[in-house]
Amino acid sequence: MQKYSIFNLIKNAFSGHQNWDLAWKDATPKKEYDVVIIGGGGHGLATAYYLAKEHNITNVAIIEKGWLGGGNMGRNTTIIRSNYMYDDNAMFSEFGMDLWRKMSQDLNYNVMFSPRGIINLAHSDAQMNIFTRRGNSMRLNGIDAVLLNREEVKKIIPMADFSDNVRFPIFGGLMQPSAGTARHDAVAWGYARQADSMGVDIIQNCEVTGFDVSSGKINGVRTSRGDIKVKKIGLCVAGSTNILAEKLNMTIPVETHLLQACVSEPVKPVLDKVVTFGAGHFYISQSDKGEMVMGGDLDGYNSYAQRGNLPTLQHVLTEGVAMMPFLSKLKILRTWGGIMDMSMDGSPIIDKTHIEGLYLNCGWCYGGFKATPASGWTFAHTIAQDRVHKLNAGYSLNRFSTGHLLDEKGLGTKTWIS
Amino acid sequence: MLYIKCPHCGMRSQNEFAYGGDASIKRPELNIKISDQDWDNFVYNRKSLRGKHLELWQHLLGCRQWIKVERDTATHEIFKTLKANENI
Repeated sequence: MQKYSIFNLIKNAFSGHQNWDLAWKDATPKKEYDVVIIGGGGHGLATAYYLAKEHNITNVAIIEKGWLGGGNMGRNTTIIRSNYMYDDNAMFSEFGMDLWRKMSQDLNYNVMFSPRGIINLAHSDAQMNIFTRRGNSMRLNGIDAVLLNREEVKKIIPMADFSDNVRFPIFGGLMQPSAGTARHDAVAWGYARQADSMGVDIIQNCEVTGFDVSSGKINGVRTSRGDIKVKKIGLCVAGSTNILAEKLNMTIPVETHLLQACVSEPVKPVLDKVVTFGAGHFYISQSDKGEMVMGGDLDGYNSYAQRGNLPTLQHVLTEGVAMMPFLSKLKILRTWGGIMDMSMDGSPIIDKTHIEGLYLNCGWCYGGFKATPASGWTFAHTIAQDRVHKLNAGYSLNRFSTGHLLDEKGLGTKTWIS
Repeated sequence: MLYIKCPHCGMRSQNEFAYGGDASIKRPELNIKISDQDWDNFVYNRKSLRGKHLELWQHLLGCRQWIKVERDTATHEIFKTLKANENI
């Protein structure tokens, strides 16, 4: 594989950049693989990469119904953070933060990781108490957290509404300085390029039509481009998990919902942090192109539409304007929707299943993008070793029946206050 | 915008409704032996399929009645609405 470097850039400039290698080849499916990963999004690509890199398993195929990174990997708001209180969530996502910091070097691909910090705003004394507790828990787990009072928040984001007559005045906030954003497509492309160079087949436009399961074991997968014999399958299909679970006669604690996001027209640099509104569900950051990237609540009903309805968007942007009044002057440039695999307790599932050789990675709710490297790393470990790693031990499938829920935010499939 | 025909009030916009999830889920009968799996299926496990989906909505900002709606989860087309005690 051609290394991306300043020297190769200069060298290729002489030939008008016509002779670069393809970043990955367009593979056709073979008859048999050691592992098949279903879903060519961030998590699937990362899983294949870490299977090859950490476990030396390279006879791997990634099967993708559409195109690489065309699902939620291309539809998120690129926020990366590890500001969790529960140990299982904190350790998992902080492990991911470490992978994010090294990612550009590791993949030889600039993923434009920008650790600009995230501020969760608090709008009452009670919320400040809760944030103090969460911040302390984070620091005990080795994650950076800073509690800000009203004046400190005002210094960092003076454009927020600090006037006296607002419905939800800003009391302060909890900041994780090491959180940030990254270029989402570059993450998918970087993982794809490295996985491909180590021998992984990336097969696009290939839909899974069924599974070959006998006496509780996976024997193969049927696709629109032929049958493939395989003993181990990893499902990384986010919003399509329920559809594939049905083909496996499984019902899972996941519902498929619709989440919208949008960007405004590009403006000059105004916001150098990720900020979340504490009195509702709204988050905002500014992209390198200058667009304000915004998102919020689910549309609230089961959906596979990948496009949203206006009432929810209006509700979300009303919160945005309440928090930062200048947003009302901006025009919306694009809106889009993605389909979320909403687990019942708001935390993901990375686990083995009752079918031998079938591994499940789903339930990412709103937080799939930031988990890309950690999810890939732990899922690869789970598949290769046929046992969960301690980092994803809490993300078990049976926690719902045993009662060990990870209901950190009290979020799940339902927007309870609606 | 979804428009839902409340069987009690007529056609109204989605803003008046709250969503209540899969209407085909039945609470296990009381006073008989219920396995953990049955409870699991009732509380957590969902099919959530693409296509026709029978679901509960509440006309929260109207007559406040719970109703059943048959809707396509891919196209959002609404085929039929029923009173809560009616079956398809």
